[in-house]
Amino acid sequence: MRRLAILLLLCAAQPALADSSLPPAYWADRQLPDPRQEAKAAALMEELRCLVCQGQSIADSDAELAGDMRDLVRRRIAAGEQPAKVRAWLIQRYGSWISYRPTAEPVAWPLWLLPLALLIAGAFLAMKRVRVRR
Amino acid sequence: MSRALRFVPLAVLLLLIAGLIWRLANPGDSVIRSKLEGRPVPAFALPAALPTKAGLTSADLATGRPRLVNFFASWCGPCITEVKVLQELKRRGVAIDGIAVRDRSEDVTDFLARRGDPYARIGSDLQSRVQIALGSSGVPESFVVDGKGMIRYQHVGPIKDSDVPLILAKLEQAR
Repeated sequence: MRRLAILLLLCAAQPALADSSLPPAYWADRQLPDPRQEAKAAALMEELRCLVCQGQSIADSDAELAGDMRDLVRRRIAAGEQPAKVRAWLIQRYGSWISYRPTAEPVAWPLWLLPLALLIAGAFLAMKRVRVRR
Repeated sequence: MSRALRFVPLAVLLLLIAGLIWRLANPGDSVIRSKLEGRPVPAFALPAALPTKAGLTSADLATGRPRLVNFFASWCGPCITEVKVLQELKRRGVAIDGIAVRDRSEDVTDFLARRGDPYARIGSDLQSRVQIALGSSGVPESFVVDGKGMIRYQHVGPIKDSDVPLILAKLEQAR
């Protein structure tokens, strides 16, 4: 009986309220009228990280802050700003963490070199095998 | 082909699995810090969140003495407990300004009427624009700004009773 009561209580549990009651920002879920600008904005939003659901892009995230960031990106692109400048503005505030596009900074060099190293290692292994078979 | 070399792929795989397990067990720090510490507050001007209190501009933060800028919201749970600590800081002579994030005027009024109002000014940030401009990623969050309008310290999450000495020390350093 007690177990059942606890189970019922668990079913009735409400999620904690962690969102505001305001509607999403104007450009959060609305496309820009100019398709070329919208394409630029969309490509950038795919590459910006959500601050709340870390691991999602702001294009994918339903978090309110992600909506506000989409609004900010679309407004700036609509005002004629280049996507690279918007990205740089955000990196200045949150670090390169905010952008999914790997940079050419020394810290990212292993990332660029690893595929090459693996390819060479693979070719080396394959060559050895072929030689042994003969 | 030497026998030892044969096990290299397996070793690499095991190393990868060990790394993944280690990262699962220690997910690391998910706190995002603002990169604007040590830099001036970006220019902004926010309308008043309350009819009875002035709004907040970046110029209001460069008044010659250090101030605490607190991002809060009536819909934010941890902000409820934080207000009490902010009241304590105010009692100790700290100048505190508020930025209400995505909030309605009536909700802010109600929230402060029930919990107390430690703020000198409160700006209303409806689309989190100033929050993003300062490199903040949630509520509550606080910034220590010195008399020249430079950001000297960012506090992520609620200021707890145990954080009071830290905040006072940061304010003293900003003097």
